[in-house]
Amino acid sequence: MTAHQQTEHQQPHHESVHHIGSLFTYALIFGALLIGTGLTVWAAFQNIEVGGISLNAPIALIIATVKATLVVLYFMHVKDSSRLTKITVISGVFWLGILLTLTMTDFLTRAWH
Amino acid sequence: MSTAVTDVVVTETHVMPEEHYLNADHSLKSWLLTQDHKRIAILYMLTITFFFFVGGIMASLVRLELLTPAGDLLESDTYNKAFTMHGVMMIFFFLIPSVPATLGNFLIPMMIGAKDLAFPKINLLSWYIFVVGACFGLAAMITGGVDTGWTFYAPLSTTYSNTNVILTAVGILIAGFASIFTGLNFIVTIHKMRAPGQTWFRLPLFVWAHYAASIIMVLGTPVIAITLILVALERGFHIGIFDPRLGGDPILFQHMFWFYSHPAVYIMILPGMGVISEVVTTFSHKRIFGYKAIAFSSVAIAVFGFLVWAHHMFIAGISMYAALIFSLISFLVAIPSAIKVFNWSATLYKGSVRWNTPMLYAFGFIGLFTIGGLTGLFLAALGLDVHLTETYFIVAHFHYVMVGGMVLAYLCGIHHWWPKMTGRLYPELPAKLSALLVFVGFNLTFMPQFILGYLGMPRRYHSYPPEWQVLNVLSTAGASILAIGFLLPMLYLVWSLKYGQVAGPNPWESTGLEWETSSPPPSHNFHETPVVTSEPYNYGEKEGEV
Repeated sequence: MTAHQQTEHQQPHHESVHHIGSLFTYALIFGALLIGTGLTVWAAFQNIEVGGISLNAPIALIIATVKATLVVLYFMHVKDSSRLTKITVISGVFWLGILLTLTMTDFLTRAWH
Repeated sequence: MSTAVTDVVVTETHVMPEEHYLNADHSLKSWLLTQDHKRIAILYMLTITFFFFVGGIMASLVRLELLTPAGDLLESDTYNKAFTMHGVMMIFFFLIPSVPATLGNFLIPMMIGAKDLAFPKINLLSWYIFVVGACFGLAAMITGGVDTGWTFYAPLSTTYSNTNVILTAVGILIAGFASIFTGLNFIVTIHKMRAPGQTWFRLPLFVWAHYAASIIMVLGTPVIAITLILVALERGFHIGIFDPRLGGDPILFQHMFWFYSHPAVYIMILPGMGVISEVVTTFSHKRIFGYKAIAFSSVAIAVFGFLVWAHHMFIAGISMYAALIFSLISFLVAIPSAIKVFNWSATLYKGSVRWNTPMLYAFGFIGLFTIGGLTGLFLAALGLDVHLTETYFIVAHFHYVMVGGMVLAYLCGIHHWWPKMTGRLYPELPAKLSALLVFVGFNLTFMPQFILGYLGMPRRYHSYPPEWQVLNVLSTAGASILAIGFLLPMLYLVWSLKYGQVAGPNPWESTGLEWETSSPPPSHNFHETPVVTSEPYNYGEKEGEV
């Protein structure tokens, strides 16, 4: 089944070239996160309704999702990482989607009364 | 059909290699700070064996209580704690780490031709984290226990139980990180550290099975961690998440709990299936039937496993539309599992089948797992589930999968690779006797529980009507035989460490890179980097020949 090779064992092929973003980019993202936090606080004190349905929670969740995306892309360097890393991150989000979607098949169709 | 051959008898005289991972350094420090995946596997093995016996003691208490219809040995509260701690110890501190953290840790680097896992320090860290988590679980048990059942259903766990819920949850949370680290390490190792020529379709099926289980570990475990944190927050700070009185929804807990805990069944069983693939092909001395089908069925089980969780909740109050969807998808999981069973059976066809102990365990696995899997279809059926769920039918079903499947696979793997791990052979006769006792004892324990469940005996009660006593006595008698079957390997395996026949590098004449190095292997597994030049399980047949 095998032959043998005299060389030293292979090491994991670390993708050692990390693209480090500029200080300006980090400051920009940090600023965006602060604005997001401010928006969250502001939105929490507003009574946002459309057709009698409160939109406070969806708005807070949308802001939080945007902030998390910025952190993952820039501060965790996923934007400049390999395709494998990106697939791994997308898999996590996809699995979260499975949890939410299939749970909603119950919550949205349950006889609440 | 197959050609039955007697046992493999090792007649050649071998000597132990002068240097190997066990004698590289004898100090305690060298073990506690080791980064060698093989030593870490041994540390895990010793730890989980301890917790297996703790869980076993709890099971003994449960079975002894059920010997008579009256609740005369344990008060109902104590009984609740006994079955809860049995479940917690067995699932979180034995079954989940069993094959991956011991055999997986030991074998995956060798099977792919690497000298260690990708992150050896994280591997050691995972063991320490596991021990810390397990100590929390043990402390919870010693200081009063927990009575919610291993499922921690809200609002019992968040509001009404006055036992050690948070302490146990913290233990499971911490141990969960060990599981994530192990899964992460396996995924990176399999992607990045394969030997030259070791392509994906030359990987042993054991590696494929662990890869699939690792996906679940990494993607599923964080959800149970978050769920348990939410339980602690609600219990400690009365935040309304699961308790309806606080505006929460108890069924949300079940959704989140089973999103992890159903796939966790596959964390447990997939590595066991990997063991069976290796053992069936070795002891049939024949190429595995349907390599790619088995490999992809592992991944399919991992993916489908995430889509079926609410079949645990059909009577919990979920909508009937959701129940229909989950019932339908649950039936689909049977397909990849059946593919494996059919392919293992087909591998035996025209093989030179040898009846060594690992093969006995493998046969036990195939039969018992099939019963466990098929009775799962009963429970996936909406109408039948209403009658059978929360009865002893459920208890029997998941023990056929977890014990009849997973524990037998673990014992199968331990026996199969014992010569590789220790350099010595176990004694065949007591090992076969033990396999027989486990098989007979297991069936005597759990087959009556199918009938009890069908008759309507509910689980989690310490007393029952007298007409069910005969079946319960049979079950307890079976548990006694099973206990002897589990204790015997402890004795003869320890005996073999000193007195067992020296095994040599490949006593089973198996293919696979791990059998090409010495037994026990050197610290860095191979003296020279292996280069893989052909498919796995190449026993000399022509391509396409069965």
